[in-house]
Amino acid sequence: MSLILSPNIPDPDGFYETLINAHEGLTKDESDALNARLILILANHIGDRAVLAAALKAAS
Amino acid sequence: MVAQRYRTASTLYPYSRSEDQDGSVQRHPVVVVGGGPVGLGFALDLGQRGTPVLVLDDHEGPGLGSKAICFAKRTLDIAHRLGAGVSMVDKGVVWNVGKVFYRDGKLFEFNLLPEDGHRHPAFINLQQPYFEEYLFAAIKRAKADGAPIEIRGGNRLTGLDAQDDHVRLDIDTPDGPYSIEADWLIACDGVRSPVRDLMGLSFDGRVFEDNFLIADVKMKAPFPTERWFWFEPPFAEAQSALLHKQPDGIWRIDFQLGWDIDREAELDPARIRTRIDAMLSSQTGDVPAYELDWTSIYTFQCRRMSSFRHGPVFFAGDSAHQVSPFGARGANSGIQDAENLAWKLHMVLEGQADQSLLETYSAERGCAADENILNSSRATDFMTPKSDTSKVFRNAVLDLARDHVFARQLVNSGRLSVPCTYDDFPSFGEDTLNGPEQTRPGASCTDAPVDDGFLLDQLNANFVLLSISGDAPEASDLSGNLFKSLHVATPSPELAARYLGDAHQAVYLIRPDQHIVARWSSFDAAAVARALRNALGKD
Ligand SMILES: Cc1cc2nc3c(=O)[nH]c(=O)nc-3n(C[C@H](O)[C@H](O)[C@H](O)COP(=O)(O)OP(=O)(O)OC[C@H]3O[C@@H](n4cnc5c(N)ncnc54)[C@H](O)[C@@H]3O)c2cc1C
Repeated sequence: MSLILSPNIPDPDGFYETLINAHEGLTKDESDALNARLILILANHIGDRAVLAAALKAAS
Repeated sequence: MVAQRYRTASTLYPYSRSEDQDGSVQRHPVVVVGGGPVGLGFALDLGQRGTPVLVLDDHEGPGLGSKAICFAKRTLDIAHRLGAGVSMVDKGVVWNVGKVFYRDGKLFEFNLLPEDGHRHPAFINLQQPYFEEYLFAAIKRAKADGAPIEIRGGNRLTGLDAQDDHVRLDIDTPDGPYSIEADWLIACDGVRSPVRDLMGLSFDGRVFEDNFLIADVKMKAPFPTERWFWFEPPFAEAQSALLHKQPDGIWRIDFQLGWDIDREAELDPARIRTRIDAMLSSQTGDVPAYELDWTSIYTFQCRRMSSFRHGPVFFAGDSAHQVSPFGARGANSGIQDAENLAWKLHMVLEGQADQSLLETYSAERGCAADENILNSSRATDFMTPKSDTSKVFRNAVLDLARDHVFARQLVNSGRLSVPCTYDDFPSFGEDTLNGPEQTRPGASCTDAPVDDGFLLDQLNANFVLLSISGDAPEASDLSGNLFKSLHVATPSPELAARYLGDAHQAVYLIRPDQHIVARWSSFDAAAVARALRNALGKD
């Protein structure tokens, strides 16, 4: 599998709202920690090292 | 006396003394307060159906200045049914190319290639005063054909006494006060609704802590017909900026200024020109010659009434719900309120439906208001992130959008207004067709070519039973019912794709407001009768 960079999330606006709302009321440190946990969970879900490497590259 | 609260763009319905101002208090079946887009649209729809309607407005024509410019397809479809669509589309500007900028670079460009097989484009840009003038012209034509519509300009509502079964209105005029009574009152009196205030009803929601400078600019040189949107523009000290075209060589420019501003200073024409010069020259280095046509500063809110009906009083348009303008949902949703209510009230007054049909108005349009508030809140939150983390994500989306298509769909400077689908309401259903999503019960009909014209042109008055392919239902099975039967023996490819999907034939029951009640794979008289009763709130 290769990294998907085309639209892939149904109801993108709804997803974005949920993501932002998850941070509501958190301090900066708490938000950073939430983001870090989220990345680790998603990375584990993806599993594929080549895809993860491609994602890191796309984000950098 | 009736003092002017704002300047008008033109005089359409000058004050003239009415007989009601002499003699005893007269009772009218339906009175509308407010002759804005919603009040005019409602009166036109109801009057064309034959129900007498009286509109009161305290001015004599549409307000001057920057308000709505973006009118969506559904609004044009409705205006076309009412006889005002052609002039709107002729005058309106259609744009397809949009560009999104972030700081000093272009992120991406899009082209809204129109889908074939619709009479109307996805939207047009047209100044609100024109929109109102064209509705008024259609009212004049309808009146010449006998529609019982009366508009009284220079008539200000000042007092109101709502009983269970009628309303008494106190009205001020240049000749002094008088009173009338109404069986039904429709409050289309805008966001500051005096009717709502006089009834002591609340209007709750969210204020967005932001100010928008809106400037309409008349260009004296050619300039592209494109929509340009900036996040954090490098010029003009604004958080976002927007430019798009209106008719008559006018461009609408918005600057998002933030919360803590000196309004007076920001409205100084010299300061406004500095911002506009920076924006207009950002792509070419040149400032084209232009004039300031209109400028104002707005703050935006999202609010709604909890119920749009209180006894004999209905609220429609901005009086019932207010949205921030990103996504252009104010007038567009108000016109749908008007259309939703007009046929229902007409059928109840004609004795064709019970009063319970009127209950569905607030539920259906409340659902649409929630959807509009949700969409416009999301756009506003994207443009004005409410926390540091939210801003980090927003800017990450923008950074990624330069190279990656997936991030572009998250960029939100307003989502185009589309009609609400009334999913899960008891007055809609059954669905035994297994047909396309977009034409499921509750949805408003998508247009498609039929014969030499368009489907929506045929759905123009009452309930319609549409059968596609197969046999036309027997006339004897339909007699005594409230609908016209429309049989399309050989559907166009677009009609087939939008209404049949994989099915070979279909039967649709469609309401007077062009929303789909139910659909089946073949005609069954009992099922149709059941769906019709349901749609009329009779069960
Ligand atoms: C900057 C801006 C941009 C916008 N852009 C868009 C857009 O692109 N698309 C869109 O769809 N919407 C847009 N809107 C929203 C749109 O302008 C409103 O939703 C629309 O005007 C609502 O129509 P209405 O008929 O409900 O109310 P109004 O247009 O406010 O009309 C109310 C009428 O009631 C009358 N009235 C008030 N009080 C009394 C009284 N006491 N007695 C008698 N008459 C009275 C008023 O004079 C007025 O004529 C925008 C709004 C703003 C401010």
